[in-house]
Amino acid sequence: MKKTLALVLALCMIFSLAACGQKAAPAAAKTKIGMVTDVGGVNDNSFNQGAWEGLQALAAEDSAFEVKYLESKTDADYQTNINTFIDEGYDLIITVGYMLADATRDAAEANPDQKFAIVDDSTNADLPNVACLMFAQEQCSYLVGLVAGYMTESKTVGYVQGMVSDTMNLFGVGYISGVLAACPDATVLQYNANNFGDIAGGNTAAKDMITKGADVIYHAAGGTGIGVLNACEEAGIWGIGVDGDQAASLGLDKVVCSARKSVDVAAQDMSKAVKEGRFTPGVHTYDLTNGGVGIYTTGDHIPADVLEKVEAAQKEIASGAKTVPTTPAECPQFTLG
Amino acid sequence: MTKKKHILDIIAENRFLHILLSILLGFLVGAIFLVVMGLSVGAAYGRLISSVTSLKGFSYVIVYSIPYIVVGLSVAFSFKTGVFNIGAEGQFVVGSMAACCVSILCANVPKPLLIPMCFLAAMLAGAVWGVIVGFLKTKWGINEVLSMIMFNWIAFYLSNFIAGLPAIKSEGTAEATKNVSVNASTLLSKDLINRLGLAPTANWGILVAIAMTVLVWFVIEKTTLGYELKAVGSNKFAAEYGGISVNRSILTALAISGALAGLGGALQLMGMGTRISIFSSQEGFGFAGIVVALIGCSNPFGVLVAGIFYGALMYGGSKLNLEGVPTQLISVIVGTVVFFIAISIIFENLKRIRARAARNAEAAAIKKAEGQKEDKKK
Repeated sequence: MKKTLALVLALCMIFSLAACGQKAAPAAAKTKIGMVTDVGGVNDNSFNQGAWEGLQALAAEDSAFEVKYLESKTDADYQTNINTFIDEGYDLIITVGYMLADATRDAAEANPDQKFAIVDDSTNADLPNVACLMFAQEQCSYLVGLVAGYMTESKTVGYVQGMVSDTMNLFGVGYISGVLAACPDATVLQYNANNFGDIAGGNTAAKDMITKGADVIYHAAGGTGIGVLNACEEAGIWGIGVDGDQAASLGLDKVVCSARKSVDVAAQDMSKAVKEGRFTPGVHTYDLTNGGVGIYTTGDHIPADVLEKVEAAQKEIASGAKTVPTTPAECPQFTLG
Repeated sequence: MTKKKHILDIIAENRFLHILLSILLGFLVGAIFLVVMGLSVGAAYGRLISSVTSLKGFSYVIVYSIPYIVVGLSVAFSFKTGVFNIGAEGQFVVGSMAACCVSILCANVPKPLLIPMCFLAAMLAGAVWGVIVGFLKTKWGINEVLSMIMFNWIAFYLSNFIAGLPAIKSEGTAEATKNVSVNASTLLSKDLINRLGLAPTANWGILVAIAMTVLVWFVIEKTTLGYELKAVGSNKFAAEYGGISVNRSILTALAISGALAGLGGALQLMGMGTRISIFSSQEGFGFAGIVVALIGCSNPFGVLVAGIFYGALMYGGSKLNLEGVPTQLISVIVGTVVFFIAISIIFENLKRIRARAARNAEAAAIKKAEGQKEDKKK
């Protein structure tokens, strides 16, 4: 019996330690930024991770920021997590992804003094306390599409998408328009994985495309896309990454380039705006004009003449001389939508 | 003087003490992980406790625990009757989708009618999902664990398919269903929530969960049906010999278990969820139900308490990131608790097997001795 008693007492001590572990409030008022992920979690190799890395970098360089994140496990957790940050008195709550649009709207309407920023959603643009961070993902997809179109030898390229929706279709429409601009008689094999977390499924889809002759494959499919890029690496054909610099982050040699979507920059912009008191609601578009999207060319795999053409197109789009299609109707070769 | 009992025997005999010890060990292992990672044990557990002890926090815990309790009851019921309902996940999913469809398609039916309709639809869908598996088992002897795991995925993709149908899908950009009709919502009134300072998702689903706890206890302990199901669970050959139809019992058990899991789905949807998203991975309510049933010793009232405990871990755990602690800590704690509870079950079975082996050896020895006597006579 003595042993049990000793054990129970030891555990009581642990818990009593826990009870007095409450931190004292920090002396200087910090700007507190809270980020709520969607169900992909903070290590999704995609926009959640991008946003969080941006915030971490911000906190590292400027100690006036305190950044925290909460992960959502199910759809029902969004509201709880947002409310946790509201209760804790955070200055800005960044909700990552259009799946949080409804939860953000509810919370923003119930708490008019709380500032929000939401990534990839414009439906909340009418609210006076929500900034909508939108990315011209068709523009960066168009640029990597050009690369694919110029570099394919078999005139067959592949594309894997994580889900069919208006937001996701922008990737496909931009990419296919780019491919066809560079190589008008190219065939684009397309696959909707209907899943952002299925590495094995992405791998199989890519292998299938490789068997059918594809020699460049682009993905806009989060975790599923990791399987796509691995399959490209194994087969020795070019893969194209998305969101972050995937040649560097995944350490692959056959990632020719990645479509850049700087969620990190957007998250930092908003945080700084809140700190400096110049937060503005409504839609904030990140595109080629302000460098919010672009292309990573880590590894220098792109031949100089191709790179030149891509950079020329980049300038044309940034100056407004050229517009990239945004709807499946403008790009009939896109068959997923 | 009576012989002093060994401490391990005391713990093994007292289920409650054993579970409590397992939980404490779970926290201890969690603390070791925290220390190894160089994080503050006090800050992590302090946050865990402080976030569930306020009135608002506790109301969140109750909201979180509703589906865990009901799905836990579902799994516990199946344990009692000798089938392992690992398919609660799928039954939960079809149940919540059925309730969702009914609430969207009959949105204008008045509240007192629509809520029971949703509950019934969910229970029916869950029961059907369980009975199909039971049918495969009783008719062709297909192992229920295998078919249930496959049925979980069928439910997963079925739900994603239905959520994408034009009549059900959200009109906005969200990859989810429309919100359930206000007439199907179990939320408390906004006024009451604000006045009491409860969680915004506070709902009366907990009353249904408690009612189900009592009902399941009553069925298992006080009815002929429960007696029959338990008999099949303890020894199906003896039960059959005693005149109980084993196949019918398995089907009944899976129907009831499935209905409970389906109801869990409806309660989660109509309270906290409000909509069903297109899943990218399984949400895991059914698997959580297995854990809750284990912690609750498959006793309905034990499950009620275990469900609230699990809900507290989930809600408190969701805030750990605020202290810089990874939420996976909760998985470590839960995993350890289940591990130590499971160990006892292994020990008990070993004890039983050893006892049986000893009895068999004894019987064999007697037989041998008798044989030798007869040999001598000859």
